[in-house]
Amino acid sequence: MKRRDARDFWLFVGPFLAGLVLFGYVPIGWSAYLSLFDARNTVTPEVFVGLDNYTAVLTNPAFTGSLLTFTGFAAGIVPLTFAAALGLALALERVRVARAFFRSVFFLPFACSSVVAALIWKTSLFSGVRSGLVNSALGLVGVDPIAWLGTADPPLYWVVLVTARLWLQVGFYVLLFLAALQRIPRQLYEAAWLDGAQPGWQVFRHVTWPQLRTTSAAVALLLLISAFQAFDEFYNLLGDARGYPPYARPPLVYLYYTALGSGGQDLGRGSAGAIVLALLVAGAALVQSRVLKIGRGG
Amino acid sequence: MSRRAVLGMGALAPLAAACGSNTGRGGSAPGTVRQWYHAYGEDGTRSAVERYAAEYPRQDVEVQWNPGDYDSKIVTALQAGSGPDVFEAQVKADWVRQGQIVPVDDLLGEARADFPARVLETATVDGRCYAVPQAVDTQLLFYRKSRLAAAGVAPPRTADELVDAARRLRTAGSGGLFAGNDGGVGVLAGPLLWSAGLDFLDAERRGVGFDDPRAAAAFGRLAELNSSGALLLGAPADWSDPSALIDGLAAMQWTGLWNLPRIAAALGDDFGVLPFPPLDEHGAPSVPIGAYGAAVNAKSRDVEAAKEFVRWLWVDRTDHQLEFATAFGCHIPARASLAAQAPALRTGPGAEAVRCTREHAHLVGGPMWTSAANSALSDALYRIAKQGADPVAETRAAVAAAGAELARTHR
Repeated sequence: MKRRDARDFWLFVGPFLAGLVLFGYVPIGWSAYLSLFDARNTVTPEVFVGLDNYTAVLTNPAFTGSLLTFTGFAAGIVPLTFAAALGLALALERVRVARAFFRSVFFLPFACSSVVAALIWKTSLFSGVRSGLVNSALGLVGVDPIAWLGTADPPLYWVVLVTARLWLQVGFYVLLFLAALQRIPRQLYEAAWLDGAQPGWQVFRHVTWPQLRTTSAAVALLLLISAFQAFDEFYNLLGDARGYPPYARPPLVYLYYTALGSGGQDLGRGSAGAIVLALLVAGAALVQSRVLKIGRGG
Repeated sequence: MSRRAVLGMGALAPLAAACGSNTGRGGSAPGTVRQWYHAYGEDGTRSAVERYAAEYPRQDVEVQWNPGDYDSKIVTALQAGSGPDVFEAQVKADWVRQGQIVPVDDLLGEARADFPARVLETATVDGRCYAVPQAVDTQLLFYRKSRLAAAGVAPPRTADELVDAARRLRTAGSGGLFAGNDGGVGVLAGPLLWSAGLDFLDAERRGVGFDDPRAAAAFGRLAELNSSGALLLGAPADWSDPSALIDGLAAMQWTGLWNLPRIAAALGDDFGVLPFPPLDEHGAPSVPIGAYGAAVNAKSRDVEAAKEFVRWLWVDRTDHQLEFATAFGCHIPARASLAAQAPALRTGPGAEAVRCTREHAHLVGGPMWTSAANSALSDALYRIAKQGADPVAETRAAVAAAGAELARTHR
């Protein structure tokens, strides 16, 4: 029986593990190796440079600047998405008519390709010409067309980036919150009602919110990670093969141009930056899970 | 969750390792020359190059058409040692240093004198030529004559006149000038430098060529344009497409000569072309030139056979070269004798464009200019033009950063 258990274990876990090792750990290891070499235009470098690549990326204002920008971005987008998702989930919980419709409507954008969404945002919704949807609406009240993505002072491009990201990701977190809401035992609400708790804020504060703690912590952590993984919609809204502006440049976009951009591929420095970023995200995740006591139950 | 994070971060390396693997090498028979092109937007180019390949008498030639980010794909394929035998590219000094491509001087023979020096320079590293230029592309300032006349504006002959004209041509429904949705940062860096008599690289082509206060002054003009509200921004199609000019979204547009047929078809005689104007009396008018050249992969199974094919198509077959450059969109044939034969380039704006490339052409960096150096310059120009940063300080920072990158590459 024992042997059969072991066989089943490897049967189920084996393929996944092989994929993880082959496409996860080997590249990470290789990346770490490349980060110690002068690896320009090669994945089999010969010139060992020690920690020079790390010194270079950490003293490069373009990279450190992108880390700072994205710390700021995370500080904004995480609570914003969190609040929007929780609010929508609470509202959807109460909907009595057409529940399936409303739930799928908010989840659908998550199934949309972020590249497609970025193109719609760029060329249709927030196009800089008069015919763009937002500019047409503003035109009705006499506002001149605004170049949303082309205006950096004030930084109007954030309006486009943040709305696109919200639209794309909020549905997934609504789903997580909805699932968690449905798992809260009804008896708790009945007990609260018997104890005289006011429906609304008081019940939310003392029953719903504590019951959502595990999910909230997971959502916050996922949101933080995805803020630092920002790439798709940013690249497609503000960049192209030729380049990307120095503002609103996610660390991954910066590293992409460094490591894989056309013209010259600096895999050494790109890898060093990727390792730094991975360590930062892992560190932030650890701190956050300690603070929010993730995985210790509600 | 941390696994997800770590996987995400580690994603860079496998991409680099994996991209070069699917090149179709296994599929082609020995003795076949594999040739790559990027995906030209013009109708007919693809069937034409496939026809040329089919006509090659000595060997089978297999053409691969590559949509998407072709330049990155080539870099990755060369690294992986699995690239094509022959491919079009803008030569990079790195490839030469790493022995990834072979010189083609011996293929040029007597035809060498027929290629303008500036055009050969696009493929020259340390005095040797590494690709046979296929066709020359340039960019110019296209303007609507009627719009300028209606506003009482003369075609701009200096940078200040350009800023002024853009301001005065702006109307409620359209911009004065369109130079890309990035406000000209991408395409005007070169013209601005040349307008001040400077360049990306110094005379030795080893160091930065814009360590000069005049660079900051020229970049300041782009800031003026961006802050004046005279630029069209956020257009549905970017600078490389003529729609903004044709649809009346802008009175002037900086775009490629390749759009000449479409613009002429839409606007008739109601347009003219200009080089980018000089900053002042010490500068000069300028146009950028670039040329994809046919290069030979040093790791090709049969380098000599690949070179023979390049000689046949891009040196000997002038009929194909002329058709390739001028029948699909408008490009200038790489060879002077052919440029003189193209009907579209003999009169009007086409002839003016040819004159500009003869007299005012500059390389957009060229083989010795690196993408890391270019990022430093582009970051600075973005901050100056879009965020109102101090041109002098930003230019100085770009000189330092680009200089360090160039020193690292060319040491």
